[in-house]
Amino acid sequence: MSARDPYVRPMTSWWLKNPFYVRYMIREATSVFVVLYAFVLLGGLASLVKGETAYNAWLASLANPLAIFFHLMATAAALYHTVTWFRVSPKVTPLLFVGGYRVPDGLITGVQYVIAAVLYLIIFTVAWT
Amino acid sequence: MAEVEKTIEIAVLRYRPEKDTKPVSQTFEVPFTDDMSVLQGVQYIKDYLDGSLSFRWSCRMAICGSCGMMLNGEPKLACSTFLREYYPGTLQIEALKHFPIEKDLVIDASDFIDKLGSITPYIVPAEPRSVEQGEYLQTPAQKAQYDQFSACINCMLCYAACPQYGLSTNFTGPGILALLHRYNADSRDGARETRMEIVNSEEGVWGCTLVGYCSEVCPKEVDPAKAVNLNKVNSTMDYFLRFFASGKGAGK
Ligand code: SF4
Ligand code: FES
Repeated sequence: MSARDPYVRPMTSWWLKNPFYVRYMIREATSVFVVLYAFVLLGGLASLVKGETAYNAWLASLANPLAIFFHLMATAAALYHTVTWFRVSPKVTPLLFVGGYRVPDGLITGVQYVIAAVLYLIIFTVAWT
Repeated sequence: MAEVEKTIEIAVLRYRPEKDTKPVSQTFEVPFTDDMSVLQGVQYIKDYLDGSLSFRWSCRMAICGSCGMMLNGEPKLACSTFLREYYPGTLQIEALKHFPIEKDLVIDASDFIDKLGSITPYIVPAEPRSVEQGEYLQTPAQKAQYDQFSACINCMLCYAACPQYGLSTNFTGPGILALLHRYNADSRDGARETRMEIVNSEEGVWGCTLVGYCSEVCPKEVDPAKAVNLNKVNSTMDYFLRFFASGKGAGK
């Protein structure tokens, strides 16, 4: 008779057991804010179609402290998502070689940070002026 | 070099199927010197404290891939990790996560081995050549396409790092998918189509949610997360190519 009796460990609350998993779960959770924000924007568009009064009402609703709090949270979530997503993005890119040398993952991530920063700057300046 | 001997507390998660219904922790006081690996610490326990402790090892030099264990919750090779890193403090050792425990630190690797056999893990010549025709030539650039993925030592640390594999062993998993890519990316190989069936399937690359911890723990810088995720791109292209080739949706 076999004395084998392999023990399978449970996976309960696995994502709390390693800081790496926690960061991953936060990255995934940030998408909830992105969806909510998309609905806010969609509401804005809908009110624009309805006419000036509806649009102004939508604008006024954004001045609500709760709405401002939500936007701050959404900004933080979007930033976290951007930073962490760019960090994993080299995993999706094929192996790149320049002059026979492999382009390091850090460079791929770095270039994206720079592009994103420049774009943000341009958008902010345009929006401000 | 004169070494001062210190003592470290090692808590080993033990499981003896003949008497334990579930794993239990057992603590040992292990004298060690700064040049001692965790594997040597475990060997000390077996030689001097408790001969019934079971674990796997062979090469002692990070190349056979048999000594993978969870060290304070992180999957590592016991032979290439030093005890001094955990001193002072308690080192907790547990069998590799996500695999059934056979006994103590020994896991049942049959699922991994079966998967390894299923991916055509060898080169099927794209164009068969006779001995007279000579060897298959390959440029350094072609070799660079699969080089890092061929460094895998089958240590399974990446499986212990992958929650998706822990949640469902149907997922082919990081190491095997990296190895699959190693052969697909080889210019001499001609079996890509067979392997793409595994890549495209539910159990293939799409089971991955890009946690990325596998690449973090890999002792050979194989970067399995990269192999898996660039194959999501390949799998998508494959789908569209077949879609256009057949003029309708490709079955699977
Ligand atoms: S890919 Fe790395 S971690 Fe996974 S089995 Fe191979 S060597 Fe080990
Ligand atoms: S004993 Fe061979 S890898 Fe550790």
